[in-house]
Amino acid sequence: MLSLWLNVIAGGVLIGLVYGLVALGLTIIFGVMRVVNFAHGEMVVFGIYIGYWTVRIWDVPIVLAAAIAAVVMFVFGYLLETLVVKRFVNRPHHYQFIVFIGLSLLFSGVLLMSFGPDPRPTASQLSFQTVSVGPLTLDWARIQAAATAGLLIAALGAYLKYSAFGRSLRGAANNRLGGLVVGLNIPRVYAVTFGIGTACAGVAGALISPLFDAQPYLAVDFTLLAFVTVIVGGLGSFGGALLGGLTIGVAEAIAALMFTPSMKTALPYALLIIILIFRPRGFFGAKDI
Amino acid sequence: MQRTSDQASDIKRWGAGALVFAALAVVGGMSNAYVISLLTIVLLFTFMGQSWNLMLGIGGQLSIGHALFVGIGAYAVAILNIKYGVTPWIGLLLGAVIAGFVGAVLAWLSFRFEVRGIYFALLTIAAAEFARIMFGGWDYVGGMQGLFYQAPSSAIDLGMLRGDARFYYFVALALAAIGVAGTELISRSYWGYVWRAMRDDDEAARALGVRTFRHKVLVVSISAATAAIGGGVLGLVQGAIFPDSIMGMAISVDVLIGPVVGGLGTAFGPLVGSMAAIPLHHAMGALGDALGLPGLNSVAYGAVLILVVWFLPDGIWPSIVRLYGAIQLPARGPIPQLRKVEE
Repeated sequence: MLSLWLNVIAGGVLIGLVYGLVALGLTIIFGVMRVVNFAHGEMVVFGIYIGYWTVRIWDVPIVLAAAIAAVVMFVFGYLLETLVVKRFVNRPHHYQFIVFIGLSLLFSGVLLMSFGPDPRPTASQLSFQTVSVGPLTLDWARIQAAATAGLLIAALGAYLKYSAFGRSLRGAANNRLGGLVVGLNIPRVYAVTFGIGTACAGVAGALISPLFDAQPYLAVDFTLLAFVTVIVGGLGSFGGALLGGLTIGVAEAIAALMFTPSMKTALPYALLIIILIFRPRGFFGAKDI
Repeated sequence: MQRTSDQASDIKRWGAGALVFAALAVVGGMSNAYVISLLTIVLLFTFMGQSWNLMLGIGGQLSIGHALFVGIGAYAVAILNIKYGVTPWIGLLLGAVIAGFVGAVLAWLSFRFEVRGIYFALLTIAAAEFARIMFGGWDYVGGMQGLFYQAPSSAIDLGMLRGDARFYYFVALALAAIGVAGTELISRSYWGYVWRAMRDDDEAARALGVRTFRHKVLVVSISAATAAIGGGVLGLVQGAIFPDSIMGMAISVDVLIGPVVGGLGTAFGPLVGSMAAIPLHHAMGALGDALGLPGLNSVAYGAVLILVVWFLPDGIWPSIVRLYGAIQLPARGPIPQLRKVEE
């Protein structure tokens, strides 16, 4: 019984790291641009399709698939920001909401037109391999996904903390006007930030592609999951996204074990409401949004 | 002098409103079944758009989860009517009370710690999704299989709110008219002024002695209750309700499309916006089906949404008013209607 619980919790932690990466993408974009990307789930689904093509068809290792997804989705996000999102950054939230809902409909429509509504299983050899560590028996795919996600989160954190671009990004997040005054190229910072955010979602998608069937309709679920994760952690907080992802991952896994499967989907929301009652801004929420 | 011109413009505004609804009533008398059923949906979303509009356009609180309140209203009517044979009038009332209470609790939860803006918006959508999943797993309310009304007879029964498609068209028309008139009346009432003050500057309003916390809870609660009434009727019109179709994110989006596309904070905006957006959505769906392209519907709808916000930032209705003002301006001086847009 104990080993069952340990297994479930370990599985939750592993998937939670990937959720953390998804939420990180959303939270970086929000923290810098004050924009909530309602098309974030579509970015994850794009990543899943990239994983589907690379892993399933060309049979490349999952880590390489993640790298391909990172490059493709970064360019995609960069272009999307420069062409569309840029025009709406200073508009009220409800206009941004409409624009992103429009983008989300557009993308899921394109996915539906290109790949059809049927789920495409990405199951490969990888999906069924397991690893035993002491009492734990874990999916090899999950371990790879979690390790890659964890490394990426750490690398991104270090990059934002120590690099020159990271400093300008944090400067722009703290004070946009001040950044402009000292000569930051804010439009470029915004475009790169959006690119990084979508790349996080895309990589997470590619990493979990052996675990989820590629399907256009998954996008809404991922968008909402990312929302819940960032609110639990605190919108705009780097550590909050990670902690939120782990919390949701473990909570989901425990709920699936203890209750019915539908409870598994409902639990993140219940958790969110409970957290909002006690810590309305999430674990590490900013004082003023 | 100012007063008489205000009164004259008032009469003209109400007259114009009455004329529009009279025209819609004539349309309802003449059109075929397809147009009637489409316009019924448009008018219901006009009404729900007004309720959403009250919350953001006047109260300054953004909700992107109005499907929660719509769904509560629809389920209250359906459960009472289908399971116990109670008249929908009681269901509508009960649904409004429950939704108003739920809205007040949500608002209380977040505003008590000064959580506002996008946090509150995300809370609304999370609450809506939570409710949708809960209702999907709850056998008493039919679960994912939903609840079905008995097939409507052609006989019109006002007491049980049952009738044919044309009957529901006029019910929806009456609701939309109440919504437009109600928005106008509320926005000119004491509450309207207080809410706009609170929307524009929370701290200044508080300094003037407005208990903004109470008023925020109040505006969310009233908006939720009215959305539930719209939802109750929407369920009756559709003849069946499922958690995914009545509480899903699509409903939240459809509710706010009308006001945003039509013109936020205006009395006629939601009508114009719903009139433009919902038929477009249906037409694109039909075109996609005809061409065998399942995604065309959402691609076209998404593109249009982006383009409207891009090129008509204030919405369609203020643009029409401005055009009208520009034509009239040289002869008559500032047009009073312009004032409405600025509000």
